[in-house]
Amino acid sequence: MSRAVRFAPLVILLVLLAGLVWRLATPANPSITSKMTGKSVPAFALAAALPTKPGLASTDLASGHPRLVNFFASWCVPCIAEVQLLQQLKAQGVHIDGIAVRDRPEDVADFLARHGDPYERIGSDPQSRVQISLGSSGVPESFIIDGRGIIRYQHIGVIKDSDVSMILARLEQAK
Amino acid sequence: MIAEAGLAALWLAAGLAAFQFILMIGALRSEVGLVRPMRSIAVVQGVLTAIAFAMLVLVFATTDLSVALVYENSHSAKPFIYKVAGTWGNHEGSMLLWVTILAAAGACLALFSRRTSEQTLVAALGSQAVLALGFYAFLLIASNPFARLKRPALEGLGLNPLLQDPGLAFHPPTLYIGYVGLSIAFSLAVGALLTDQVDNKLAQAMRPWVLAAWIFLTLGITAGSYWAYYELGWGGFWFWDPVENASLMPWLAATALLHSINVLAARGALKAWTMMLAVIAFSMSMVGTFLVRSGVLTSVHAFAIDPERGTFLLALLAIYVGAAFVLFALRGATLKEGAPFELVSRETGLVINNLLLSVILGIVFVGTLYPLFVEAVSGGKLSVGAPYFDAVAGPLALVLAVLVGVGPLLSWRRERRPVFKQLTIPGLLGVTALVITFIVAPMIAILPRLGMTVAAYLLAASILPLVGRNPLRAPLATWGMVIAHFGIAVSLAGMAMNAAFTEERLGVARPGDRLNVGPWTVEFADVTPTAGKNWTALEAKLRATRGQGLVILNPQTRFYSDPPTETNEAAIETFWNGQLYTVIGKSDENGGWQLRLWWKPFVTLIWAGGALIGLGGALALIGRLWRLRRRRRESAGWRQERYA
Repeated sequence: MSRAVRFAPLVILLVLLAGLVWRLATPANPSITSKMTGKSVPAFALAAALPTKPGLASTDLASGHPRLVNFFASWCVPCIAEVQLLQQLKAQGVHIDGIAVRDRPEDVADFLARHGDPYERIGSDPQSRVQISLGSSGVPESFIIDGRGIIRYQHIGVIKDSDVSMILARLEQAK
Repeated sequence: MIAEAGLAALWLAAGLAAFQFILMIGALRSEVGLVRPMRSIAVVQGVLTAIAFAMLVLVFATTDLSVALVYENSHSAKPFIYKVAGTWGNHEGSMLLWVTILAAAGACLALFSRRTSEQTLVAALGSQAVLALGFYAFLLIASNPFARLKRPALEGLGLNPLLQDPGLAFHPPTLYIGYVGLSIAFSLAVGALLTDQVDNKLAQAMRPWVLAAWIFLTLGITAGSYWAYYELGWGGFWFWDPVENASLMPWLAATALLHSINVLAARGALKAWTMMLAVIAFSMSMVGTFLVRSGVLTSVHAFAIDPERGTFLLALLAIYVGAAFVLFALRGATLKEGAPFELVSRETGLVINNLLLSVILGIVFVGTLYPLFVEAVSGGKLSVGAPYFDAVAGPLALVLAVLVGVGPLLSWRRERRPVFKQLTIPGLLGVTALVITFIVAPMIAILPRLGMTVAAYLLAASILPLVGRNPLRAPLATWGMVIAHFGIAVSLAGMAMNAAFTEERLGVARPGDRLNVGPWTVEFADVTPTAGKNWTALEAKLRATRGQGLVILNPQTRFYSDPPTETNEAAIETFWNGQLYTVIGKSDENGGWQLRLWWKPFVTLIWAGGALIGLGGALALIGRLWRLRRRRRESAGWRQERYA
């Protein structure tokens, strides 16, 4: 066996070790950055989910100041916890719009009556079409859209207490 | 007291391992005959570790909630068998099982090794001791399984319900015996490289150990595959998940070793290559253990990530594998290759076998670790899944399967017989199968079609080594080889037919609705609540029929309370020509239930083939040991006559 072949296993081992050491030193970040961040919101116009509030269209999002778009559903249990937190955000001056996914008007009305309503506009997305076009796959998920209608951040899962300062900072950046 | 006794036994075993290692250094330097004390120490060390493990089993069996590990992983309401199996259903317990098998393997080597030279045995026992020492340190410093709680808990937290299954009781120990059994090959190779005694004697001594570990690895992988198939409710038998790959890689290396070692044993050739494989096979076991235990790769096997333990294991991996590879690189040059061979010969056949297995091993290795390296280099995230592995490893595996039919027909050194004539009938069978697939199923994908072709050919070709001679007089090892190769054909047939003909039906059904899948009509009768010892469930009643006869299936959605988890228990009915696989999912507000139905023709052949491969290995092992014993008896008799 030639010298190169004899040392080959050692070299492969060193490369492997380097990779594994790197991984142990920088633990995997489970969140995946959306391919949609930095792009404009795809065009859509959703009918109102409630008779008492306007629906949501992509043009509403380019309103000159950053907005939080929250995908939720009355059948989603974590959304109950989140919607209460969103009201705190609203009290701090955040503009929040909702998109009700695969939901019925009476259920949405009931959900908001019970747990509070932080939304300025609520669009109804009965087939998840808009949700999918934004690169979101579940509820709850939230997007930060800047004043020009460009997606700046995608948050997968519930916004928790510990996320609030990060969300506010990102909204600030999006100004 | 039980836990303390276990801990004490573990400390003593660690001390003995250290002593055993020191003795080895002394013996190699001074050439004093230390093999007898080393043998004894290795055996005592094995017994002590076994005691430590038995103590942990006892603590789990009695649900001693003052032990932290029991509190975290067990529950008093668990059925007894899962209390016992829970011993190795967690990190610390499974690492203790690992080191127990490692020490037991060392003890077996000390007890039964007669054919290796004394020096090589001393070096191998030293290597085995130093391997064990690292893992003792890991257990005692970073993962003590016997740690007590300050105050005993009132109730345990419970075991992951997915693991509450007979499969768990046997799958990990079987796989571990395979993984860790390869340490003997590793230690013998290291020992022989140290003492410069790589020869056919060494290969003959190493072969039974490799064979034994390989049998367990084969059965462990087969059992794990079936467990995932019925317990996870996805209807698949292999997912190319990193943890599955972690068990496949040592198997591929061990399979290659199993074949190359024959060349070394019979012809004294492929010395360096065989030693390298012996080192790589166990290194892959350690890499696999590291990947599983450190959680560095994203996997469905949700093991906790613990950087400290990960670092410790990585250091052990680096030291052991690194040292062995350095030794190989330095000593490999001095190995003289044995007898030459011609192009068409059994040696060449086995070299090709080894090359193909190594390339497949490389493909799995690269595919498993590629996402990690891409992220390290460019920060991008990606995952490598079945499409890559199937497309890249599949065709190579098929080529290998074709050659499996040819290799055993070749003779050593050079070929004198008309081998390809013998393959006429198998070849014709393959072509016939190919034609039939075009008639029956013109639209299926190319890989399953070729899979069926090769399987038909190999079913016949694999038994050729027994044709043209009296099969009863053929050595047991030949029978073992034939059965194992036949098992490959059976398994391949199962995989190909499963891939080509599986029918899936996903639907929402209300009581009284009927769904069709394959030849079956499945009527959804009703859903009733039911309960077990530590779970409640919603159980569906399905009436399945194909023409005549009625089969009742009861898939369940189970809810476990400790810890709160929901699992889908598939209901599977096996027929001679396939399995009907049913899963019940969620209900919707209109009274409909999600139903997933599969008709999987001949899917059971996959695991039947795996069992045959294991059985073939077992026969070969018995045959080899038998022959060794007879030879020893004969030589003993000869000595008695001579010196009487």
